[in-house]
Amino acid sequence: MTTYFTKDHEYVRVEGDVATVGITDYAQSQLGDVVFVELPGVGKSYKQGAEAAVVESVKAASDVYAPISGEVVEVNAALADTPAMINEDAEGKGWFMKIKIADKGELAGLMDAAAYKAHTA
Amino acid sequence: MLNNQGRPTAAGEATASAHPTFTGNKALQVEEALLFEIGRAEVTGVDLDEPEAVKSRLGGLERKGAIGLVGLSEPETMRHFVRLSQKNYGIDTGLFPLGSCTMKHNPRLNEKMARLPGFGDIHPLQPQSTVQGGLELISELARYLMVLTGTSAVTMSPKAGAHGELAGMMAIKAAIEAKGEGAKRNVVLVPESAHGTNPATAALIGFVVKSVPARDDGTVHVEDVKALLGPDVAAIMLTNPNTCGIFEPQVVEIAKAMHDAGAYFYCDGANFNAIVGKAKPGDLGIDAMHINLHKTFSTPHGGGGPGAGPVVLSERLAPFAPLPFIRKEGEKLVMVEDASDAGSAQPFGRVTAFHGQMGMFTRALAYMLSHGADGMKQASEDAVLSANYIRAGLSDLMSIPFPDHPSMHEALFDDEWLKDTGVTTLDFAKAMIDEGYHPMTMYFPLVVHGAMLIEPTESESRASLDLFIMALRDLAMAAKKGDTARFSGAPYHAPRRRLDETRAARTPILKWTPPAPAQAAE
Amino acid sequence: MRYLPLTDQDRKAMLAKVGVADIDALFADIPADKRLKGLVDLPRHKGEAEVERILGRMAAKNVPASSVPFFVGAGAYKHHVPATVDHLIQRSEFLTSYTPYQPEIAQGTLQYLFEFQTQVSLLTGMEVANASLYDGSTGTGEAVLMAHRVTRRNKAVLSGGLHPQYAEVVKTLSHMASDTVVSAPAKPLGDEDLAALIDDQTSCVVVQNPDVFGNVRDLRPLAKACEAKGALLIAVFTEVVSLGLLESPGAMGADIVVGEGQSVGVGLNFGGPYVGLFAAKSKYLRQMPGRLCGETVDAEGKRGFVLTLSTREQHIRRDKATSNICTNSGLCVLAFTIHMTLLGEAGLTRLARINHANAVKLADMLAGVKGVEVLTKSFFNEFTIRVPGKAADVIEKLAAKGVLGGVPYSRLAPKAGLDDLILVANTEVNTDEDRAAFVAALKEVV
Repeated sequence: MTTYFTKDHEYVRVEGDVATVGITDYAQSQLGDVVFVELPGVGKSYKQGAEAAVVESVKAASDVYAPISGEVVEVNAALADTPAMINEDAEGKGWFMKIKIADKGELAGLMDAAAYKAHTA
Repeated sequence: MLNNQGRPTAAGEATASAHPTFTGNKALQVEEALLFEIGRAEVTGVDLDEPEAVKSRLGGLERKGAIGLVGLSEPETMRHFVRLSQKNYGIDTGLFPLGSCTMKHNPRLNEKMARLPGFGDIHPLQPQSTVQGGLELISELARYLMVLTGTSAVTMSPKAGAHGELAGMMAIKAAIEAKGEGAKRNVVLVPESAHGTNPATAALIGFVVKSVPARDDGTVHVEDVKALLGPDVAAIMLTNPNTCGIFEPQVVEIAKAMHDAGAYFYCDGANFNAIVGKAKPGDLGIDAMHINLHKTFSTPHGGGGPGAGPVVLSERLAPFAPLPFIRKEGEKLVMVEDASDAGSAQPFGRVTAFHGQMGMFTRALAYMLSHGADGMKQASEDAVLSANYIRAGLSDLMSIPFPDHPSMHEALFDDEWLKDTGVTTLDFAKAMIDEGYHPMTMYFPLVVHGAMLIEPTESESRASLDLFIMALRDLAMAAKKGDTARFSGAPYHAPRRRLDETRAARTPILKWTPPAPAQAAE
Repeated sequence: MRYLPLTDQDRKAMLAKVGVADIDALFADIPADKRLKGLVDLPRHKGEAEVERILGRMAAKNVPASSVPFFVGAGAYKHHVPATVDHLIQRSEFLTSYTPYQPEIAQGTLQYLFEFQTQVSLLTGMEVANASLYDGSTGTGEAVLMAHRVTRRNKAVLSGGLHPQYAEVVKTLSHMASDTVVSAPAKPLGDEDLAALIDDQTSCVVVQNPDVFGNVRDLRPLAKACEAKGALLIAVFTEVVSLGLLESPGAMGADIVVGEGQSVGVGLNFGGPYVGLFAAKSKYLRQMPGRLCGETVDAEGKRGFVLTLSTREQHIRRDKATSNICTNSGLCVLAFTIHMTLLGEAGLTRLARINHANAVKLADMLAGVKGVEVLTKSFFNEFTIRVPGKAADVIEKLAAKGVLGGVPYSRLAPKAGLDDLILVANTEVNTDEDRAAFVAALKEVV
């Protein structure tokens, strides 16, 4: 299990062919209290970098981009009722969606934990 | 001698909350329940006689159940709304330095004129022969706007600034379509510092928005615009003076670059109040510009409207102005309401029913007549002078992101000076409330971190400006000294403390609902 | 100059503090050749009395509705507004406040917005209402755009009974946004089959009730037809008082309800400002345009109100906002809310009954005029008559006799080929004498 990061503050946790995607703890701290999340439909496919979800705080809305290409196989439906989970546990219970990875080669273009830490420093 | 018995006049140590009242009221601050908690279905404050019985001709579509409304008698209504009014801050309460919003004095002569039956009690569709004075008023206001802006056409019907933007951008789109370029010119350039309405308006009618970066001095440079120009660009939407309170020094070059590229210059006129009588936007090369009558020409903001947003147009765009418009036929004024009567004009359509915000037109013209050419120029100068006076009074304590340009009608600060104090722009704004001021515009424009945009307008006396400066200096020094409690819990003295906006958004309650009946038996 | 507190002495001292020699130094960023040297070519300032004289002369050239027998409607209605309303909306704290972005010192505005949203939601029979749009016509345009977003389709079907100027607003917006509009032809009797125009690409059907000719319509069959095809039913009204007597659009199955609130509290104002009412099913909440006020608590746990769900709006979402609207119609909302509070359930329903009864009386009187035909069978307070010859001429001749007798349909739609129709409105302000004067004048004219 390896976790990658994007410059747009998404994390990608890879387990086999499936990646769990969400926003980083740093991102949630910048956004403030999350009040709403718009998630994609299961079965939708995205190219890397496409807008896949939206996360909103009281005074900001941010697009969440698909960090890798692939098909959405599961979304975290619990976020609809408890968006606060993103603030409480962004990189755990606050995950957004699971994507079946179409091209593992794309992972090479993402950051590892150390590089992401430097990115947000 | 009066008061010689040693009665204390200072309040002592205790805070107000240490003395709760039975009612929850605090003297003149009276709590007021919701209308639906005090009203009754059977009560009415209007005396109406039951009509004679007639055979209903409603086609059997009468309402079946009750609506659920409640009413109040006249004295209760009066008290309910007076108490609500006392929980509001208005221009008449005190200095209202909301940058970009131009909270200037709202003369009451305007209100009186708008209520003349000849203006307030005429119908938009009664015969035009019976409203010649109404058409005359609209024409006269239009003439004033054209003279002040140096343009040759104006469309009066847009209902507010953003609606004016829409009308102006539609005129640009129509002109592009008329040239057969509709398919290829679909990009609109919008500086990062722009009002949110600009990109929203462009996107609404199918344009693709491209951002123009702001330079380090807070202005847009013509080279940055030229780099984005191409056969696909329809227009630029540029606010001038811009949202950082700076007059764009290269505006003439930018206009020329747009025109040379076959594109148009939409000017967001929200800040026109800084240059009325000092420069004419038409001379600067604009093709369209909306004018917020509720900012520049003193019509009241009314707690969020109604406004009015007439749009002046260059000769290139004038033929595409929407319906309706007024034409003079001999001595008669005619409101042209249908394309079939438009003659050689090619109106792009209609943006609203009827003719626009007549009530605002009357107020704006009353203001312009009162001020005259000399007064309007003086008002611009006083607004600019007052903004720079505040800037000068605070510049040693608060950081100014763009020190190289004079401010126009508003002074912009960022939150660099609050670094490491533990106080945010929001905290600072809320502490201003306790000092009896409405906060400045905060966190806008987006190009500046923790922006504080202060617009005093021309309506403040020097004593009022001085007190404001002293109050802000006191707050600034407190922040720097680490008196965070004065900020983190502010406001302490307003009718409400800080409100939980997260809760409001996570679980929206958008109307009153009757309380659940007491525990029904299962 | 009475609006400017600074004296020349103040100005001099302030310039010194700023550190510039003269005021023009502060305008240095304006290119020198574009700076105006003298004054613009407009008159100099004037005192109050002179402004009153000038504007008073203009006003005197108009014929106010209250001064004559007045039957003009078609989207704006003459109703009596209680004196309390105009007094209260001129309270400084309401009149001179801004959009309530600082809720701690704007609870007055926010609470009446919340009360307004509740009133509108009840009247329309819908789950959520916003804090207003500019007016009914622009609101209708917004409703169509919203339906496109909800359904991800882009074809709107407009009833021929929709106010022609409302239809023009929708068509203009749709043309500019490259959306499709299908317009049914105008049918004065309201006998149109809109269901037949709905297909798989239809996002919404826009139908006005009572329609522009005055016909009261049962929306239920159309609601079913919309639902079957996945299209939304947008119900429009131009006379909000009708909701005091008629089944609500929500109860008849509308998905979005939009209408003009001018009749309650606002007054005629030659067409504006008015107030757009906008309500929808709550599942479409996040696609709604305009401001929303919501309930919350403050730091001490006291109930309070804030603007909420702002991420839909232009100041946050910019080019992805649900609308570009910023300023709405705040003070007209207040006027509406106060008037509706004074009316209450009892007053509004009685007001609606009076309007209907007066209209029925007038329709019967006009039906007795030789050559005049009352076309509308079911109506609220407005109906259509057919006159011999051109309706526009009849209206002008009536005006010459001091009666404002309605709106010729040809004024709204000159090319519809319906030149002999007059829309006649009759509200609580019309007396028996007004009606008698109208009938007498009409007899002379036709």
